[in-house]
Amino acid sequence: MAIDMSQFYQVFFEEAAEHLASIENLLVSMDVDAPDAEDLNALFRAAHSIKGSSGTFGFNDMTEVTHVMETLLDMVRKHEKPLTSDIIDACLEAGDVLRNLLAAHMGEDQADADAATAVSQRLQALCEAGSADAGNASAGAEESVPAGGNRFRIRFRPDAASRQRPETLDNLVEELGRLGQVQRFDRDSDDGEGLCCIVIESTHALTAFEGVVDFVAESGSVVVEPLADADGETEEEAYGFFEPASADSGAEEEAYGFFGDEPVAPASAVDDEVVSDDGSYGLFAAPAVAPSGADDEAPDGSYGLFAKAAATTAVSAAAPAAAVEASAKSEQVAPVKNAGAAPKKPAAARASGDSSIRVSVEKVDQMINLVGELVITQAMLTQSAEGLDPVLYERLMNGLVQLERNTRDLQESVMSIRMLPISVVFSRFPRVVRDVSKKLGKQVELKTIGEGTELDKGLIERISDPLTHLIRNSLDHGIESPEKRRAAGKSEIGTITLKAYHQSGNIVIEVGDDGAGLNRDKILSKARERGLDASDTMSDAEVWQLIFEPGFSTADQVTDVSGRGVGMDVVKRNIASMGGRVDIDSMGGVGTRMTVRLPLTLAILDGMSVGVGAETYIIPLNYVVESLQPGPNMMRSVSGVDSLIQVRGEYLPVISLREYFGVDGACADWRKGIMVILEADGTKIALFVDQLIGQHQVVIKSLEANYRRVGGISGATIMGDGRVALILDAAALVGQSRKTLAVAA
Amino acid sequence: MQLGSEAVAIDDSHRELEQEFLTFTLGPEEYAIDILKVQEIRGYDTVTAIANAPKFIKGVINLRGTIVPIVDLRIKFGIGNVEYTPFTVVIILNLAERVVGVVVDSVSDVIGMTPEQIRPAPNFSSQVGASFIRGLGTVDERMLIVVDIERLMLAPEMALIDEATA
Repeated sequence: MAIDMSQFYQVFFEEAAEHLASIENLLVSMDVDAPDAEDLNALFRAAHSIKGSSGTFGFNDMTEVTHVMETLLDMVRKHEKPLTSDIIDACLEAGDVLRNLLAAHMGEDQADADAATAVSQRLQALCEAGSADAGNASAGAEESVPAGGNRFRIRFRPDAASRQRPETLDNLVEELGRLGQVQRFDRDSDDGEGLCCIVIESTHALTAFEGVVDFVAESGSVVVEPLADADGETEEEAYGFFEPASADSGAEEEAYGFFGDEPVAPASAVDDEVVSDDGSYGLFAAPAVAPSGADDEAPDGSYGLFAKAAATTAVSAAAPAAAVEASAKSEQVAPVKNAGAAPKKPAAARASGDSSIRVSVEKVDQMINLVGELVITQAMLTQSAEGLDPVLYERLMNGLVQLERNTRDLQESVMSIRMLPISVVFSRFPRVVRDVSKKLGKQVELKTIGEGTELDKGLIERISDPLTHLIRNSLDHGIESPEKRRAAGKSEIGTITLKAYHQSGNIVIEVGDDGAGLNRDKILSKARERGLDASDTMSDAEVWQLIFEPGFSTADQVTDVSGRGVGMDVVKRNIASMGGRVDIDSMGGVGTRMTVRLPLTLAILDGMSVGVGAETYIIPLNYVVESLQPGPNMMRSVSGVDSLIQVRGEYLPVISLREYFGVDGACADWRKGIMVILEADGTKIALFVDQLIGQHQVVIKSLEANYRRVGGISGATIMGDGRVALILDAAALVGQSRKTLAVAA
Repeated sequence: MQLGSEAVAIDDSHRELEQEFLTFTLGPEEYAIDILKVQEIRGYDTVTAIANAPKFIKGVINLRGTIVPIVDLRIKFGIGNVEYTPFTVVIILNLAERVVGVVVDSVSDVIGMTPEQIRPAPNFSSQVGASFIRGLGTVDERMLIVVDIERLMLAPEMALIDEATA
């Protein structure tokens, strides 16, 4: 029965995207000189997972790219190839290509097949290029291994179970690796007997291996024998010429001839399996020399030994030229063979880390609403039980108290599901900074602060593009070139600071740089050029806002990165569509800071509830400085109307919430209410309310979803009793008072 | 709610072309609206007033976690006695992905009408703008004012949505 795979596509898309993200993170954070083995493994696993699942779903273009990438990573993690920044770049590029392919499969983008081919070739070239070195390196390494132990050859016939599951043999090799250095591993040698052969160098006693091998071998088939030394072995049997230890120049000559005439050597090598295993040791570049004589055997005899031989003794003058040809030849061979070897390691290591599950956002939202209902029901029950005699109904009362506690806990944990730390977004910026600064020839360090700041998943998805743009902008226009920085007496390494924090129902994300700052005159002259309304009397803040005008750019040159003047207006529009805004602070020579303020649609807000008439309003707590009951002589009047209050030597304008919102009912007497002192953007006001009710953590609900924006209100929330309370927009209230004062003045 | 309307939709396809309408009264007048726009009907509960809103917008309520504005059509159209009793009814409408509640005097029933039963309305001036009236339906001597509730509620004069998005 055919299974419709498409139903699983979504899962694949999500998973692949996650793997790509983690690949990128790992690559960017990788220390080229001293890569963490665990990271390398994680990298490999991620590439492997993408390859596996894309293959399953028939997305072959992705499989091809990941395949080569995986091969390369596999070499790196096995230390057959040193990690270079070239490899990292190539893998990053591959990641981008994969992302494009993924988007294409999701129907969001056009697949760029050329890019895919190009990156595959680049990776392939890296696989190849390194292998000669790797061959040398590993040969060297083995040579340099102190003669710490004896060499053994283990031969055995795998039992039926392990014949069916090749990975058991890999496990075996791994296991043996703990006892000593596995130098050789052939499975199913071509003698038709299915014998496996392992050569190991170890300080352990012979019997130690038997115990390990017994698990996978047919009983009685295990033969462990000590090997005398490398030379003897070489002569004795074909496997031996793999041993680079024997590569003194005499041996090479010998080996050469030996290659040509000795039928034994090719015989053992012909076997595909054997080759594939060897291939994964990175010794493929070997054919370099082979063409000089043994044309036919070349692919089979492609063992590292000869590459080294060529290098050290220059046996054949034609070697360098031949090497190119040969490696081209082996290019076709290597990937295919490696394919067999590489994917066998997968699952074992994957087990860890799968501690999350995938749930659709709708389900979570539904849950949040249901819990909200539950809380209201609970409040209702508590209210109805209030009239009961606590002595008679003790158990009921206890139950209700417990219910209340449990519902609160439940509500809290459900709320937290939708929230994600902003590190999800921040984590992609090291890559951006790295790429762009490289391209621009600048040295830039990225600092992130407050990655743990949580915000709603929906916002996370939408904030990433605008932020990327701001960062690119900072990199291109903000940070100066190292020379200029030096001239200005600054460190050559520029710093871009990403900072996130909560401020009164907003999430604030700052993108700051310590670059040159915005150039006021330049912006003004550009603005005039473009026919924008710009005058010299404009405040700095107003001038900075000009850069958000469509098509505005002060860049003298259009670069790859920015300068086309497309973008900042889009950034502003995007952020505005989320109900946020962008502010710019800049100081010449010191730097520029872009501050993005976004409302938290689903954020939990610490609020103070105040009563005015019959209505309850929530004031975001972080705007509140203090609350006080005004004394009679604190009120000061301006032009006959009480409108200022003197608090600790300061005169603050008073806004009556009752008047502001036109609430019915009278409590106009200043002395009977409460003054709540609010501060926003450095300005303080006193808000006059009837009473303080309490402090709550409230969930911000959007009024705009079904209604519209209301002046002075930033959102709404649902109180414990199920009623809606409006959340004050404290910043707007403060701004309002500033405006009225200005008018009065 | 969604299920309900789908069920109706299926039902609808059986009787050709016949559309179902929810009828309600405002004072002496009877109105009909497309039932597919109706999400649910509930009693009038406490609303939270919104500052500086037009009189006919009573405020917002919490509908299972969603903030829903409530419009009193009686005030808007200037008909019926505006008083709130336990029997006051709110029709929750689902319009263009927005949820809005309207207060009416009472909900009568659900009736099916074919397009032939709905006559174009003659030109007349009324509180309900003529462009929002799809026509006048006649069912057993009763005259129903068939209102295009979606257009009505989303019209700028209802002040339910921001001008920018309107």
